[in-house]
Amino acid sequence: MTPVTLLTGFLGAGKTALLARLLRWPALRDTAVLINEFGEVGLDHLLVEPLQGEVALLRGGCVCCSIRGDLKAALIDLHDRRRRGLVPDFRRVVVETTGLADPGPAVATLVADPVLRHAFTVGAIVTVVDAVNGARTLDSHEEAVRQAACADRLILSKTDLAEPEATAALRSRLASLNPVAPVTDLTLDDEPEAALLTDDPAGSASTRRWLCAEVPAAAHGPVGAVMIESGPVDWTRFGLWLGMLLNRHGTRILRLKGLVAVEGVETPVVVQGVQHLVHPPLHLPAWPDGVSRTRLVLIGHDFDGDLLRRSYGAFTGARAVTGARAAVPEMRTVPERAAADR
Amino acid sequence: MCGLCGAFGAPDHWSDGVRSGPAQAERRARASAANRVLGLYGLRLAAWADRYTLAGRTGRSAVVDHLGALWPAAERLAGRPCDPLDPAVIAALEAKA
Repeated sequence: MTPVTLLTGFLGAGKTALLARLLRWPALRDTAVLINEFGEVGLDHLLVEPLQGEVALLRGGCVCCSIRGDLKAALIDLHDRRRRGLVPDFRRVVVETTGLADPGPAVATLVADPVLRHAFTVGAIVTVVDAVNGARTLDSHEEAVRQAACADRLILSKTDLAEPEATAALRSRLASLNPVAPVTDLTLDDEPEAALLTDDPAGSASTRRWLCAEVPAAAHGPVGAVMIESGPVDWTRFGLWLGMLLNRHGTRILRLKGLVAVEGVETPVVVQGVQHLVHPPLHLPAWPDGVSRTRLVLIGHDFDGDLLRRSYGAFTGARAVTGARAAVPEMRTVPERAAADR
Repeated sequence: MCGLCGAFGAPDHWSDGVRSGPAQAERRARASAANRVLGLYGLRLAAWADRYTLAGRTGRSAVVDHLGALWPAAERLAGRPCDPLDPAVIAALEAKA
C-alpha cells in the first residue's frame, strides 16, 4: 500500500517552495508528486504530474462526499504505469492541492474508491500556514480553517518576515483550532526534515505525539476540540455511536483522532477521520504511552463537550460515564484538561 | 496478520475493521446492539444473509448493506432525524442501562 500525503495550505503560503526543498532529500527521491498547477517555483523531480482539478459528486452524496475525479484518474494511471514498469518505482505520493481546496474530497477519494483503497492509503495531511497572512486568511476563508483543523502537521512559514507578537497569536489560534497537530516553523534558513512527508499519522510515534498534546484553555472561535476519555469500549456499540454521530453531524466535524481500547482486545486501535469519512481502523502493536485507555479528540464547529461525552457514555456504556461531570473526572475537554494540568 | 480483521479482506465500512467472531454471528450481534437504539424510533434491524434488513412498525422496510448505510435508511423509515446528541435519546438509553 502506498501512502498519499496531502500538502495543503492557502495561496502563497509556500507549499511548492517547501516541496521543492523537501524533494532534494535522497530519502524522498522515490516520491511521485501530483500538483494542480505548475507555479513559479520549479520542481526538479523525476515524477511530477499535473491534476486538472475536476471534482465529481458521488451518487447520492453530499458536498463533503465529493470525490476528486482528477485525483482518482491520476492515481490509477500512476499505479498502472508503475506496475508496467513505465515510471520509476515510487514508495509514496504527495498531492499538492490548490490553495482553496478542502482536504475532504481528496480523503474521500482515497477512502471510498474501491480501486484506490486497495493500492493507496491516506498518509499525513500537512498544512502550510503563512505567518504573515495566516490570521487574515483564517478570518476570511472557511477553507483555510478546514485545512488547519484537518492537519496532522502544521507548518508555519515565513516566521522570519512576521511580527513576533502576530506569530505568537497565530500559533495560539492554531493550537486552539487543532491541538493535536504539531507546529513546525519554517523560514528560508531552516532545512525542512524529510519526516514531514514520511511520517505515518496512524503510527506509534505520531499517536504518542498527539496523545500528549498541550493546548490552550480557550478556543478562539467556533471551531474547537473536545476530548473524550474512557475505559475499554464494546467495538460494536462504539461504531454505532460514531456512525450515528457522523451521519447527523458529519458536516460539523472537521477531524477525528482516536486511540480506542476495545473490550477483549489487548492492543490499541487507531481511528482517524476527516469530516464524516473514517479511515479503516488500524491496530498498533502496543500502547504508545503505556496507558491502556480510550481517548478520542474531535475537532469541529460548535460542539457541546458535555453533551457529546454524555452521548458517548449512554451509547457505549463505557465505564464511569454517568453524565454528571463531577463523577467522570477522566472525561474532560482538551482545553479543560490543559487548564487542570497547569 | 491481524487475527481480528485480516481474514476478512477489505472492509465495506470502517466499523467492519475490527471483528471478534464469525461474520454471521458478528452481524447478529451488531443488529442486536443497534436495536437498543433503533427501538427508540420504532425500527428493528435483522441480519439477513450477508447484509441486514431494517423494518418499521408499519411494515415499511429497507435492505442495509453495512452499518455505514444504517442511519440514512433509519432516518428515511422513521421520518425524522436520528440524532445521538438528542437529550431525549440519551436519557432513554441511560434509563435502559
